[in-house]
Amino acid sequence: MSVPAAYYLSLSALLFTLGAAGVLVRRSALIVFMSVELMLNAVNLTLVTFARLRGAVDGQVLVFFVLVVAAAEVVVGLAIIVDVFRSRETVDIDDADLLRG
Amino acid sequence: MDVVLFGITAICALAGGAGVILSRRPVHSVLGLLVVLLSLAVDYLLLDAQFIAAAQVIIYAGAIVVLFVFIIMLLAAHSGEHAGIGAFTGPAAVPVVVAMCVLLAAGLLALVTRPVPAPSGGGAGSGPVPPEFGTIQDVGRALFGRYLLPFEAASLILLVGMIGAVALGRRLGRETTRT
Repeated sequence: MSVPAAYYLSLSALLFTLGAAGVLVRRSALIVFMSVELMLNAVNLTLVTFARLRGAVDGQVLVFFVLVVAAAEVVVGLAIIVDVFRSRETVDIDDADLLRG
Repeated sequence: MDVVLFGITAICALAGGAGVILSRRPVHSVLGLLVVLLSLAVDYLLLDAQFIAAAQVIIYAGAIVVLFVFIIMLLAAHSGEHAGIGAFTGPAAVPVVVAMCVLLAAGLLALVTRPVPAPSGGGAGSGPVPPEFGTIQDVGRALFGRYLLPFEAASLILLVGMIGAVALGRRLGRETTRT
């Protein structure tokens, strides 16, 4: 491991901040969703880095589970976005502000 | 050599991440996301996580990105450019973003000034790991040994996700035939 672990952790922190900023500043539900994926990936990088530091494979198993959950989340989330779009003709998250509407 | 490779992937990942949140067209955002995912796959290889790198390319860069592209096509076909509202939220988000950046700066400062603590219980540290570390055999042995119960729970989550998507899709179908 010739690259210091701090470099990977810094990259992960930067990517997570980019993702969080995307969730906060974008209006399109699709872009917000992609930013959530960005944050998930940043956390995955941290997990893989610490798995390498510890020399134990458990962190990578956790990343595998994150991948599975992300896949299920994307399927359901995008179905909901399409549903909202069909009923409101927009994917602007500021327009979908009613729990029942 | 590894440091150079890491530098290239880090720059690509950050540029892609900025592209995701700044580009006005959703397709460009998806391309930025793809760049981030592929750069991270290279980083996983540098960290001796071969199986995770392959899974990243197949599941994320393959399945999930294609799903995003499908949905963008579907929404854009219905509404033209309207589906890609390029607008940003109002000034209310600015203080929160600034707070996030302050937290980020504090975290980076801590990483620079203090060394990452060595793992307790004597891990590999930054030293060499056995050659089979992170291969599909290694991960698979952990997955079907100690982590068998979470693995089965993961299959349940996928089933629930599948049923949820089908249920939402059926509801959509009924609404479009009625109107």
